[in-house]
Amino acid sequence: MPFKSTVGDYQTVATLETFGFLPPMTQDEIYDQIAYIIAQGWSPVIEHTHPSRSMATYWSYWKLPFFGEKDLSAIVSELESCHRAYPDHHVRLVGYDAYTQSQGSCFVVFEAR
Amino acid sequence: MSKKYDAGVKEYRDTYWTPDYVPLDSDLLACFKCTGQEGVPREEVAAAVAAESSTGTWSTVWSELLTDLDFYKGRCYRIEEVPGDKEAFYAFIAYPLDLFEEGSITNVLTSLVGNVFGFKALRHLRLEDIRFPLAFIKTCMGPPNGIQVERDRMNKYGRPLLGCTIKPKLGLSGKNYGRVVYECLRGGLDFTKDDENINSQPVQRWQNRFEFVAEAVKLSEQETGEKKGHYLNCTAATPEEMYERAEFAKELGQPIIMHDYITGGFTANTGLAKWCRKNGMLLHIHRAMHAVIDRHPKHGIHFRVLAKCLRLSGGDQLHTGTVVGKLEGDRQSTLGYIDQLRESFVPEDRSRGNFFDQDWGSMGGVFAVASGGIHVWHMPALVSIFGDDSVLQFGGGTHGHPWGSAAGAAANRVALEACVKARNAGREIEKEGRDILTEAAKHSPELAIALETWKEIKFEFDTVDKLDVK
Repeated sequence: MPFKSTVGDYQTVATLETFGFLPPMTQDEIYDQIAYIIAQGWSPVIEHTHPSRSMATYWSYWKLPFFGEKDLSAIVSELESCHRAYPDHHVRLVGYDAYTQSQGSCFVVFEAR
Repeated sequence: MSKKYDAGVKEYRDTYWTPDYVPLDSDLLACFKCTGQEGVPREEVAAAVAAESSTGTWSTVWSELLTDLDFYKGRCYRIEEVPGDKEAFYAFIAYPLDLFEEGSITNVLTSLVGNVFGFKALRHLRLEDIRFPLAFIKTCMGPPNGIQVERDRMNKYGRPLLGCTIKPKLGLSGKNYGRVVYECLRGGLDFTKDDENINSQPVQRWQNRFEFVAEAVKLSEQETGEKKGHYLNCTAATPEEMYERAEFAKELGQPIIMHDYITGGFTANTGLAKWCRKNGMLLHIHRAMHAVIDRHPKHGIHFRVLAKCLRLSGGDQLHTGTVVGKLEGDRQSTLGYIDQLRESFVPEDRSRGNFFDQDWGSMGGVFAVASGGIHVWHMPALVSIFGDDSVLQFGGGTHGHPWGSAAGAAANRVALEACVKARNAGREIEKEGRDILTEAAKHSPELAIALETWKEIKFEFDTVDKLDVK
């Protein structure tokens, strides 16, 4: 079989787990995901870290988990504050599920500049 | 009150058919689908099943009177019609807890599906469901890690995991095999899998495979920044060899090993699961031979029983079929037994084939693995059917990509994440599947090509083993 020039070259990409293969989300799309976390009864948690240690289990908390927070815009403004305070860090949003003691959701909202 | 010895043959139903009996919380309950020989009354067939799977034998024996057999005997306490079937019926049997050794699934199955299945008064017999009492469940270790611990170890949250079996399943050298693992993992999969047929054949001995695979896992983790694993199949001819392979996988720093629990056997499986708990290793479970046992609607053992037995024996992931792919599987029935793998309490629900309330107590959950003839177009249905606590495995659907396995892996990962994102945003992903995938493909040439490649492939055959519903 002759080589087909239609074959593409897949280059390995460094990604940050869930949603790492999708383009960055728009503001509205981020709202949708936060609404999902809140609707499941999970607690929003904001975490950040320097890219050099992105594979570490523990990232730094931004403040404390936002237990019981139902206001979408409050979470968005906390995400933005975290990003402003640590512009060279990745910032992720976790939906923490206390029943399973696991994360029902976890994705990077801002990549380090 | 003492009894007299009366030699001879008694009808089973005199002793083992007890319609007034109210089962105890500590009883192990079983539901059998029975098809008797013509002319044998249902009560006699049902009582015979209870007797032959517990304390009875065909003749009265004097030594029965040395014990209180009423304390130990299994009892048929209910008979029910099978909807839509005139000749078969369900027999519900209660077994006292003391009939079984603690923590031994092997022992439970030897009793319940032992000699009784060859019994002449029966034409067919199928074990449909077992209600394990919590008192028995607490004597089993169960999954070595469970869903929550596996997520924490692998750093995978908020989505199903993505895997792939390495193909061709036999015939690659260790180094070539490791190459395929590397391609899949660098392309975005979380796991790759040894085919169940791969143990340690002449073309590729196990040490050699383990070493190259370990390097592929390590490199792909470094290059992608994500956690990766490969199910190293430790199934072997003897338990000693199995443990030797497991130890070597641990030495290489690998996160997960694999076992084939039906061909390998429940005793081997329970032993390996305990080793995994002790050594911090995840355990992936394959189910070769299951269809021999579970596919015939009137004879054998339903897979929900085999799935429950695996959760008790121990495993962190179990194959459950795909519903939509190339292999047999009814949707409602599959949903019924994946609940048994993952939930802490599963209520009786005949529409899903669950005959009893089942309390799992604090036992860890098992990831449901969907594998076999699935490709990107199936993704919306798979995410919807299996939910997040599952591993979706695309074999041909990864390696068959025109650009190769890495691009195939990336296509699957994009499709998966697009479906999860859309589901979270409140979209009906099964209905809107085509739009969701097409939108996602705008940002991913790999997905666009995958959608084009597999657009015509369907596996639409009717299911052989259907639930008994009107």
